[in-house]
Parts: sequence; C-alpha cells; structure tokens
Amino acid sequence: MTFEALIWQGIQMMLALALAPLLTGLVRKAKARLLRRRGAPLLQPYRDLRRLLGKDVVLADNASWLFRVAPYVIFALTWVAAALVPTFSTGLMFSWSGDLIAIIALLGSVRFLQALAALDIGTSFGGIGSSREMMFASLAEPAMNMLVFTLALVARSTQLSTIANVMFGAGLRVSLALALFGFIIVAIAENARIPVDNPATHLELTMVHEAMVLEYSGRHLAMIEFAAMIKLLLYVSLIGCIFFPFGMAQDEQALLLPRILACGIGLACYAAKLAFAGLALALFETSIAKMRVFRVPDFIGVALMLGLLGTLLLFVSRSL
Amino acid sequence: MIALVLAAAAALFLLGLFAALAGTARVGRRTVYGTSLALCAAGAIVAGLSLFRGPGNVVLPIGLPWLGAHFRLDALSACFLGIVYVGGTGASLYALGYGRHEHEQQRVLPFYPAFLGGMSLVIVADDAFSFLFAWEVMSLTSWALVMAHHRGPSNVRAGFIYLLMATMGSLALLLAFGLLAGAASNYGFAAMRGAAHPTAALVLALTLLGAGSKAGLVPLHVWLPLAHPAAPSHVSALMSGVMTKVAIYAFIRIVFDLMGPPDWWWSVPVLSLGGTTAAVGVLYALMERDLKRLLAYSTIENIGVVFAGLGLALAFRANAMLTAEALALTAALFHAFNHMLFKSVLFFGAGTVQVATGELNIERLGGLIHRMPVSSAAVLTACLAASALPPLNGFASEWLLFQSVLVSPDLPQWGLKLLVPTAGTLLALAAAFAAACFVRGFGITYLGRQRSAAGEHATEADRFSLAAMLIFAALCVVIGLLPGLAIDALARAVQGVVGARMPAQLSLPWLSIVPIDNGRSSYNGLMIFVFTLISAMLVAFAVHRLAARGVRRAALWDCGYPGLGQASQYSAASLSQPIRRVFGSYVFRSSEVVTMPPPGEIGPARIRKQSHDLAWESLYVPVTAAVNWVSGLLDHMQFLSIRRYLSFVFAALVGLLLALALWQ
Repeated sequence: MTFEALIWQGIQMMLALALAPLLTGLVRKAKARLLRRRGAPLLQPYRDLRRLLGKDVVLADNASWLFRVAPYVIFALTWVAAALVPTFSTGLMFSWSGDLIAIIALLGSVRFLQALAALDIGTSFGGIGSSREMMFASLAEPAMNMLVFTLALVARSTQLSTIANVMFGAGLRVSLALALFGFIIVAIAENARIPVDNPATHLELTMVHEAMVLEYSGRHLAMIEFAAMIKLLLYVSLIGCIFFPFGMAQDEQALLLPRILACGIGLACYAAKLAFAGLALALFETSIAKMRVFRVPDFIGVALMLGLLGTLLLFVSRSL
Repeated sequence: MIALVLAAAAALFLLGLFAALAGTARVGRRTVYGTSLALCAAGAIVAGLSLFRGPGNVVLPIGLPWLGAHFRLDALSACFLGIVYVGGTGASLYALGYGRHEHEQQRVLPFYPAFLGGMSLVIVADDAFSFLFAWEVMSLTSWALVMAHHRGPSNVRAGFIYLLMATMGSLALLLAFGLLAGAASNYGFAAMRGAAHPTAALVLALTLLGAGSKAGLVPLHVWLPLAHPAAPSHVSALMSGVMTKVAIYAFIRIVFDLMGPPDWWWSVPVLSLGGTTAAVGVLYALMERDLKRLLAYSTIENIGVVFAGLGLALAFRANAMLTAEALALTAALFHAFNHMLFKSVLFFGAGTVQVATGELNIERLGGLIHRMPVSSAAVLTACLAASALPPLNGFASEWLLFQSVLVSPDLPQWGLKLLVPTAGTLLALAAAFAAACFVRGFGITYLGRQRSAAGEHATEADRFSLAAMLIFAALCVVIGLLPGLAIDALARAVQGVVGARMPAQLSLPWLSIVPIDNGRSSYNGLMIFVFTLISAMLVAFAVHRLAARGVRRAALWDCGYPGLGQASQYSAASLSQPIRRVFGSYVFRSSEVVTMPPPGEIGPARIRKQSHDLAWESLYVPVTAAVNWVSGLLDHMQFLSIRRYLSFVFAALVGLLLALALWQ
C-alpha cells in the first residue's frame, strides 16, 4: 500500500514536470491562432528548454553564490509546491505535508529568492523587476488570504484534498463563484500574464518577471523558465482542484484495479481541465490590453473585495 | 529552580557592580561578557528544565516590609525566562567579538549584565512591588545602554524620548496594579488572582498603555525605532528580541492571569491594535534606509503579530473555546520566541556590517555578500524567517496563527466574526510587506554592486560574532523544520494559562504538525525541506551531468548597456517606491513632485518626495504643544514675590478646607 501510494505520488510529480511545458505551448499556440498567426508548434517549449539546458552559462563577473544557487532552489520549491496540489487524485501520500496556506507560502519563498537574485548583479532592470514584483505580491497576498478564508469557511479545512472532497458535494454557491473570480485574478497576477505583465515582451519598461531574469542564461535560465511553466500549471491545477473537482479519483478504493481505473478517469479529466484553462487563458489574454503598473493595484484589489464579499455572503447566509 | 534563577540574577547584578567599581582597566570586556555568557547559558538550561516542572515559590524578606518580595517560577515564566536567557546567551557570545571598536566600554559593561538581571527578575516577580521595581531596573539600565554613545545629538534625543515613554509606561502599570490590588491593597499576585476586578476595563487600558508602550504597539511605538538602534548592536538585539518580549509577558501575566475571566470585547482593542501595528510597523520599515532602524520597525511588526495572536486568544477565552485559545496562545508564544531568534541574528548582522564598513545607511552599502559570505548566509536565513517563509520558523508560527484565525467563524459575536478575518488580512499584508522589506534590506545591503567606498575594505566578522549568528540561524532552521518540538515545549505554559493545550505533536507520524485535526490542516516543514533539497540536488546533478556544465564569466549584460556605473542600480528608495506610492499615500500622506526643465533646457529634472509620520504629528506634536502651552502659562509664576507665594499657599489651604467641609 505504501509503495503504491509512493508510486502515485511519483506519477503526480512527474506529471507536473511533463505537462507544464505543454500547457505553456498550448497557450502560446492558441494565442497565435487567435491572432491569425500560425504560431510555434505545441512542443516548442520543450525544445526551448532542451536548447537552453545544452548551453553554457554566461555569468556576470560580480555574480554571487546566491545567483547561481537560486535557479535550482526556485525550481525545486515550485516543483514541490506543484506536487502538493491534487491533480488527478486526492489524498496522495504527501499531500498532508502542506495545506493551501503552505503552498502559497512556498511560492512566496520562490518569489523572495527570485527578487533577490534579480538584485544580485546590480542592474537597473533587475531592480525594477523585483521592486514591482514585491508590490504586486503585497496586494496579492492579502487577497489570497481572504479567498482562503472564504474557502475554509465552506470546507472547514485548508487541506486541499479535504477541500476537493467537500466541493464535490458543495453545489453552486454565489460566494464560491466570487472566490473563483478572485482566484483567477490572483493567478493571473502571480503568473505574470496579461493584463498585469506580458510574458512575451523584452526590453519594455512595463515588464516585471522578464526583467528579473534578464541576467540569466543557459541552464540557469532554463530552470527559471521551467519553474515559471510549472507555476502556471500549479495555479491551473489549484483552481481545478478547488472549484472543478469533478472526475478526481478519491483515495477510498482499497483495490488496485479500481484505483487505477479511477486515476485514469482523473487523468483524462485533468487533461481536459488543463486544455480548457489554457484555451480560456489565451482567449482572455488576446481580448484585453496590458495595464499600466499603477493600475494593477485596482485589478488585484478587486480580488480582495471579492474575497470579502464572499465571506460576508457566507456569514449572512449561515445566520439566516 | 527558582532559587537558581534568583542566584543567576543576583550574580548578574554583582557582575555589573563589579564592572562599575573596578573600571575597565582591570575588568576586561571578555570577563564581563564571558561571565554573562556562562550565567545566561546556565539560566537557559534552568528555564528549559522548569518548563516541565511545577511552579516554585520563594519569599525574600526585602521590598515592602509587610509584603516581602515574592518570586514564582511557573511554566509561563519559564518560557519567557527561556527567551531572556537564550537571547542573552547569543548576545553575550556575539559581544565577545563585537565590542572591540567601541571607545568607552565602561559605559556599556556595568549596565549590560544588570539589564539582563532586571529582565529576568521581571519575569519571576510575583508581587506588584518587585515586578515594578524590576521593571524600572530594566528600563533604567536599558536607558543607560541607549545612552552609551551619548555624544550624538540624535542619541540624546532618542534617550530622552525613551525615558519619557518608559516613565509613562511605568506609571500606567503602577496604576493598573493599584486597581488590581483593590480596596484591600493586596499587592501579591496570588491575592489579585482570586479577587474580583470591577474596574477591569480600566486595567486593560492601562496595561495596554504600559506594556504596549514598552513592546512598541502603534501609536506608542515612537521611541522604539529611535532607542533600539542607538545602543550597541548586541544591546539592540537584546532590546528588540528580548525586552519587547518581557513587555508581552507583562501583558499576558496581567490580562490572562491576574484579571480573571474576560469579556468578549476585550479582544477588540487588542486584536485591532495588533493587526494595525503589524501592517503599519513594517510599512515604516519599508521606507527606512538606516539598517538598524529598519530592523527596529520590523520588530514593531512582529510585536503586532504577537498581539494579534493574544487578541484572538482573548476572544476564544471569553467564549470558553479552550482548544482554539490554546492554539492562538501557542502561536503567539511561539512567534515571540522565533522573533527573538531571527531578530537577534539580524541585529548581529547589522553590527558586523557597521564594524566592517562603518556605515548603516543601506544606500551606501552593497555587494557585501562577496566580502562577508558566511555572515550574509546567516542573515539571509534570518531574513527568510522574518518574512514568514517556509520552511523556516517564522512561517511555522504565522501558519499556526492563521489556523487560529480560521477557527474564528465559530465565535458567536458578529463583531468578532468580521474583525478577525480583517485582522487576518492585515497580518497577510504585513507578511507580504515583510518579504518586500527584507528583499530590500538584504538585497541593497549585501547584493548588487558597491554603492560607495564604504565597503571597500570590508572583511568577514570575527569568529565569536559568526558563531553567535550561525548558531541562532541554525536554530531558526531546526525549529522551522520541527515546530512540533516548540509546540510541545510550550504546552505546559499554555496549559497553565488556558487550562487546555494543543494536542501533542512530536508523537505524530512523520513529525508533522496538526493543530486541530488531520482533515483540517497539517504542515510538515521537514518533509517539504527534505523534498526540496532532494529535488534541487537531483536536478542540479542531472543538469550538470547530462546537459551543459560550462560557465563563462563576462561583464554584466544589463540589456546591452554594461558600461553604466553603479549609480544606475536600483536604490533602496526606488525599490520601495511602488509600495510607497500605492500604500504610502494613505498611511504617510506621501506625495511626489516632479519638476522637469522646460524643453530645450539642459537642467536636471528633480523629484521631491514628502511623507508625514502621522502617529507623531497627530498624537505627540499636539501633546508636546499642550505641555509647552501650559508651562508657558505657568512660567511667570516662577518669579513672584514672597507675599504672593504666601497668599497662594493661604488660598490653597482655604480652598482645600472648604472642599473638605463640603465633602463631609
């Protein structure tokens, strides 16, 4: 049993690794098609990563150990965080080693390291990136906290597996819809997507995430890019697991065969959710323009308000 | 056990006296700090042991003649005594190497051990007289330490404001104890515990004023960022890491222990003050460019976090939700301990930076990670802990606190139902600000290129300082990975105050922590750390083995403009500019005015930023103005003739007699 659980956990970790570039490729492809371009092939992100991994690193003279260690730690932290989010099955072996708050805080550690690494070389672009990133985070974290509070109010738990199991039977609720929109806003901000940041630009004063990684090259850059892809996958899985948990395998099956079957269904559903999320993201990004940096607080503030509103609604509906 | 603690305190006082009488010629730095180190280490062991023992009492025939001096060591005292002595051990170890650049050792040496002794006496005092006496010893010795560099005008001002605020705080505590003693004037804590307290609301307000001003609650915090940084760095660490905890102890002792069962609304001021203090304190830190003042403001933030936990515990206490109260109180105590650890490392780090560069203005530092690799690693660990990031200890305690926030919907009062999530949001905001603040603090100080000539001859700190920093940073990591250890150690203290405790954590499989039950939430820092470590090493190994491993060194790229000088880097002010612009316009009423030269003219464009310290301007300036006004009115009474004075005395006498006659 333990061995089997370990296998499933391993599959989950490898799944995050394998699917993350595909999701990014899908978003890019869909965006290109929406703009009536042909776009790069779906598998292009894998090729990019392979090419970057094969290159030597060009390191600035004054780079410190922090700059060299950071990419690997960033990658590992993101990967571990992604492994904690249930994708195709709830109740995986290590899912209890961190709840929703811990997962978000792990991503906070990633951001902290990335912002520091951006400051290490001492260029103005690194500074602008980390400065803005920290400003966005200072807005996104309270919003996230409020949303988690709303969820915990419904599920009486911050454990993702429990939340997913509760949400199976939760039905439609207005407050959950509000929380969903809040989550999407935070996810867009955290993943540096349009309208908060533009993942496709370089050398533009509005960029945030790309500005932080400008001094990176070769395998270091590959690690950071890969981590960003995993982070996108993580947020999609998070939203899928909390708000659309249908199809997920639950951990009750004692027998191996039904378990495999349930997980197979879970995997298929998960793939469908990913594809839908990728297409929806592409559609959203093509239909909206990038915001000025100082408009972003209003955008993320909406998420905070949605969380507050969701909590209030729940309180009121409970007491009636 | 209690006798050992008193003996250690007495030995510390004697050491201070000895250092004062003998002078530095004969008693060296090493003697004083070495002896303090030994005494503190012994005290820490005693405190650790007494965490698991029943309370011990001692009555000494000193103090008030009819009362004597009562001392008591229960689990709550033991846990704060642990904070004092562990912090003292670290500071003494650090000071063994640190103080060499100080000119006038005799200004620090006598007061340092006395300060430690005073703090430990506050914690074991069991009657109001000895408590207040020890409290004053603590205040005065720390004032003397703040004034160690008495020649700087800013230090004189810091000392003056500190003295005023400390006096005000002691007065408030004195009145609070007076009310607690009641009509029977019973100043022993044991009697206060049993009595009913009809004026509890006033006592709470006075305690918030007295203990809160010492701890640094906004808006009583103004002295703290002035006084803590003015002292030598090891004393700053003690003041920030330990003395603020003694104030928290005073609050817990009075409100949770002496005052009896609370009303639900008591939690409202505590919780709102705590949340506000956390968010506003760290916002101040984000605007600060003096490294030690930045750390002092961050202390204010953490005090806010602890007070928010205490407010939550009060709310649960009033509604007899014992397990939830135990959770909130454990989180508060745990965070107090964690803050002592990481803030000590941070102040030690600031001290080493000051020794190495002679500079504390972070705008003039930079690139120190190359010259001070070991201490920068320790400081980085502490920065991560202070930003409440996993897998370090700061996150573990804040996680517990958020778990107790999530229990709050079970509270029956609507006011609390709505207030607690708001406070939780403020805490999340504070955590995010703290991360921004330490990215700025660490990034500008240690990373980047040198911003001035100050760091040119910087060298790594001495071995004592490094040992102190590394040991405390390691403790941050260990406690972060095994928070169950700390939770179980605090269990008896919490049990004593609450009457319930959190479930035992160390016996749980895989050493994870489960505050309420398994389905609700759990966290395992160790597992996350091990997984991260393994995957990082695996990936690094795989990449180096299977893909490229070459490194070419080159000039920095900077998007194709490598020739720009160091001044083109982001500065501390520019790094926090977005946050100042978004939040500062409310909190500091800050504004920026940009003046551009007209087209065709070759003049520099100028940016002028303004910000206001609203706490100072709206509270303290009016008070000072009022005091000045009154003293101006009274001023001409100073130079009257003797006839006038006599007639004043006569009029006063007649007035009092009249009042007495009417009263009867």
